[in-house]
Amino acid sequence: MATFVATLTKRKTAVSTGVSIPVVALLVAGAVFLLIGCLSSEIFAQQTVSGLADGAIFGLLALALVLIYRATEVVNFAQGEMAMATTYFAYQLTQWHLTYWLAFVLTLAFAFVFGVLVQVAFIRPVQHKSVIAVVIVTVGLFILIDGVVTWIWGADLKFMAAPFGNNVYTLSGVAFSRLDIGVFLVCIASMVLLWLLFQYTKLGLAMRASALRPSSAALVGVRVDRMLAVGWGLAAVLGAVAGMMTEPKQFVLQPPLMQPILLYAFAAAVLGGLESPFGAVVGGLTLGVFLNLIGQYVGFATSELRLPIAFAVLLFVLVLKPTGLFGRRQVRRV
Amino acid sequence: MSMRRAGAPAVAAAVAALLCVLPFLLDGYHQGIASAVGIYFVAILGLNILTGYTGQISIGHGAFMAIGGYTTVILSHDHHTNLIATLPAAAALTFVCGVAVGIPALRLSGVYLALATFALAVSVPQLPLKFSKFLGGSNGLQTDHTVSHLWLYAVSWACAALGFVLGWLLLRGRIGRAFRAVRDSELAAASSGVSLPIYKTLAFGVSAAYAGVAGSLFVLWTNGFAQPNEFEILLSLKILIGAAVAGLGSLWGVAVGAIFIGLLPQLSASVPLIGPAHGQDVVFGFVVILIMLVLPNGFAGLLWRVRAAIKTRPGTS
Repeated sequence: MATFVATLTKRKTAVSTGVSIPVVALLVAGAVFLLIGCLSSEIFAQQTVSGLADGAIFGLLALALVLIYRATEVVNFAQGEMAMATTYFAYQLTQWHLTYWLAFVLTLAFAFVFGVLVQVAFIRPVQHKSVIAVVIVTVGLFILIDGVVTWIWGADLKFMAAPFGNNVYTLSGVAFSRLDIGVFLVCIASMVLLWLLFQYTKLGLAMRASALRPSSAALVGVRVDRMLAVGWGLAAVLGAVAGMMTEPKQFVLQPPLMQPILLYAFAAAVLGGLESPFGAVVGGLTLGVFLNLIGQYVGFATSELRLPIAFAVLLFVLVLKPTGLFGRRQVRRV
Repeated sequence: MSMRRAGAPAVAAAVAALLCVLPFLLDGYHQGIASAVGIYFVAILGLNILTGYTGQISIGHGAFMAIGGYTTVILSHDHHTNLIATLPAAAALTFVCGVAVGIPALRLSGVYLALATFALAVSVPQLPLKFSKFLGGSNGLQTDHTVSHLWLYAVSWACAALGFVLGWLLLRGRIGRAFRAVRDSELAAASSGVSLPIYKTLAFGVSAAYAGVAGSLFVLWTNGFAQPNEFEILLSLKILIGAAVAGLGSLWGVAVGAIFIGLLPQLSASVPLIGPAHGQDVVFGFVVILIMLVLPNGFAGLLWRVRAAIKTRPGTS
């Protein structure tokens, strides 16, 4: 265990995490608790699997937020709406009789271009002004995207083909829906691909460099501005996956699709430390499972309280441990 | 400087005179719009005290408006309290709520505070759904009687005027200096004896009280109905946008911010091509981004710039 932690802390790359032994112990304890629970109760197992699928979506959107936050210390309040808009794009493609998965891939390409354009056109001009200016611009984008989507597609409910079908697998008495498993796998696969991109490609290296040390990166020839735009593009791609996975989970598509998910993603990102990609994923999965289990076993916590509970988690983490599970303590020079 | 001292009361008197005459020139529908501007004025003023003067950002003022609005409705619906009397009650309750939010907010700054208040704004409208027996669920509650357009106009602009004067008195003296010191450098403020916890939570409380009054009036404006979907995140975003358009750290820009968010829906409804149903959000979002790109300090920043240009022009000094 100790050597594992040591190797984790030794590798101070961009995905290095401020892993501490209590946090690892806590996560292991949580995992053991879930395992025992799943083995002893079927409902517990079902809720956990469904929570992992939810949580993977939260983690994916949280990852998009973290990606942008690490590079520019900006939180994109429009991330959820961008994800919603790209999901509508996918809907439009399926309306034109493309198969779901072809639409999925084309939407990812569209999302990348969309993210880059948003960064270049709206964010770059205010980037160096103030935190408040950037927040307001992303808030403006939130409303703008909402308006444009309602203008083009209307506010009524839309339905898309189910990407994974409606099958249910039964494993020793526990029913796993194919949807949950599919959503979980797609989300995890996107995360792994992103990790590979950052860890093993030259583009990823340049992006890590421009996030960590922009001026040094510029000195060795990295086009920092371009890397920031690519970062927004990738964040939009992650958001698009999250949106297209949220739609089948909720069975309908409507403009407020991602608004609750955005709050869950914020809570997940803060839980993970807001600047740790690994933390965002762990935070998302934790939150997803936590919300499902608490909804199942605490009678008071009905579905109306899911958002307030996520808010409570967010506030709890911010007040007690602002660096989250994997964040590093920020030292500010006055 | 002397021109400004002479100019400010004159401008205030002119605006007050205009506001007194205005309702007699407008029909009921437009009186309603003018009241909405007054209500937004109160809310933006409150947010400006918090964000503009102490530098704490809040995307959660819709939550305080919801608390104020529900206070008014419950007092009127369940206890038949006079509607005017519900306003100070709403202010007092939201002041307490603001302080309660301000205490954890002491540990947060910048983006983290924005996130926490955003989450607050998303969460609070869920509570009437959960406690539907008491708060009316998604159908909401209604006050025991509704008010006329003229009544609402008079009360909302009276609140706006009172709020403006109180805010001005608060900010010009010792407390205002402390607020600005906290905004400019927390460390410097603390080392010159300004108690950060006291002033930061005070700012949150005061700001929330303004939002609470605005929320009460807002509910009266929507025919006395308090419903969860009125207080959705969009309302908080609108208030923040109004404050940004007004320009943070200036009381004079607030009117422009209020007019912006109060009138834009009416104006953008007539935009060709997009049409009235969805034009509002498209135009709203686009104009906000445009303003932040062109005038990052809002309307107040434009005023400062014009004033500086007049001062530095050769031959006028």
